[in-house]
Amino acid sequence: MHEASLAGGILQLIEQTARREHFARVTHLRLEAGQLAGVESRALRFALDALAPGTLLDGAVIDIDEPPGEAWCMDCSHTVTIAQRGDACECCGGYRLQPTGGTELKVIDMQVEDL
Amino acid sequence: MCVVCGCADSGDKGATMEGGHAHPHHHHGHAYMPANRRVSRRAQAGPDADAPAPAKVDALSGDLHFGAGAARVSVPGMSQSRAIRLEADILGENGRIAARNRARFAAHGVTALNFVSSPGSGKTTLLCATIEALRARAPQWPVAVIEGDQQTTFDADRIRATGAPALQVNTGKGCHLDAPMVAEAFDRLHDGKMGARSLLFIENVGNLVCPAMWDLGEAAKVAILSVTEGEDKPLKYPDMFAAASVMLLNKIDLLPHLRFDVQRCIDFARRVNPRIEVLQLSAVTGEGMDAWLDWLARTAAPASIAGLEAALEDIVRSTAT
Repeated sequence: MHEASLAGGILQLIEQTARREHFARVTHLRLEAGQLAGVESRALRFALDALAPGTLLDGAVIDIDEPPGEAWCMDCSHTVTIAQRGDACECCGGYRLQPTGGTELKVIDMQVEDL
Repeated sequence: MCVVCGCADSGDKGATMEGGHAHPHHHHGHAYMPANRRVSRRAQAGPDADAPAPAKVDALSGDLHFGAGAARVSVPGMSQSRAIRLEADILGENGRIAARNRARFAAHGVTALNFVSSPGSGKTTLLCATIEALRARAPQWPVAVIEGDQQTTFDADRIRATGAPALQVNTGKGCHLDAPMVAEAFDRLHDGKMGARSLLFIENVGNLVCPAMWDLGEAAKVAILSVTEGEDKPLKYPDMFAAASVMLLNKIDLLPHLRFDVQRCIDFARRVNPRIEVLQLSAVTGEGMDAWLDWLARTAAPASIAGLEAALEDIVRSTAT
């Protein structure tokens, strides 16, 4: 359940931004959790919902984008889409793949309101 | 007229779409949020969520200030909500502290290794055996250990019994160590007397999932997999084996009693991490320990060079001022 720690990290980022930008609440939060980022987005959403009451995130609509995994094949030099680590290259069937995309875990942007 | 695309917005959406307006974006409003989100937000916040921010009233004179909100201007029909683009790494704060740990380790000539595995793979037994073996082979090379568990000091007690300094970090309900925990543990553990070249073993909480994501400032993650666990674990828990530099196949003395296909396990590990090194050993019989100590010596060398470079920079800086 490391998603609970990640939810705490997200709230920390939002509170830091609130100190800088002076807003009272977040109405809409957009996150990116790539398919190779090692995050279960359902668990992350659950953790954020559990954490939100009484914070700047209370009542916020949360979107989690899940960009697909991308990897570069060392055998055939193609960039291919993979659903998970350990998948075969869809071009040559090889397994020597270096993930190049879908590994990021970020807060993209948010819509905020001043009271 | 729509100010985004310039089309004539008749206000009758059904007619516009049937009339052949091809733009797929047409749900007029052109606000930050898609229409369906706006509906759900209104439902939550009540009908006034999009009302303009009320004027600020001067307590003494009763004057009204409409431009006091963040937008500095009041526009009828618009709330003073705004978008903030962050593009910030959620693990960024941990990453910054990990980078600081890494710099401190280098400056002290410390090579830190992060040992990760499932519970029961033999991490603590391997660490004890490694400390004993190093004492015989490289007595000038001190070792300190940070032990991560949810609770108890059993593991730190076992390490201390070998004579090496150890500090237990109990995470409570936490499933992994993070960089701030290691920073604080290192403060308490490192007394400045460990010499120019030393090893810091960080035994993470026994868990093949969560510790993969938290950088502690280590030189390398060492994944331990015991042959009693099943050869398919690298595929079942790919993130950990993808993050590790080396996989130690432990308890190989038990292989004659098990159906464990070593080559298949190594193939699976290389599928998720083509560059992973693999060493086979038994902490109990000592088989394979020499190759492991060689790996340690190889990995520790660049760190000590980095430590020397950092020390040199300090000297240059102090002579320049």
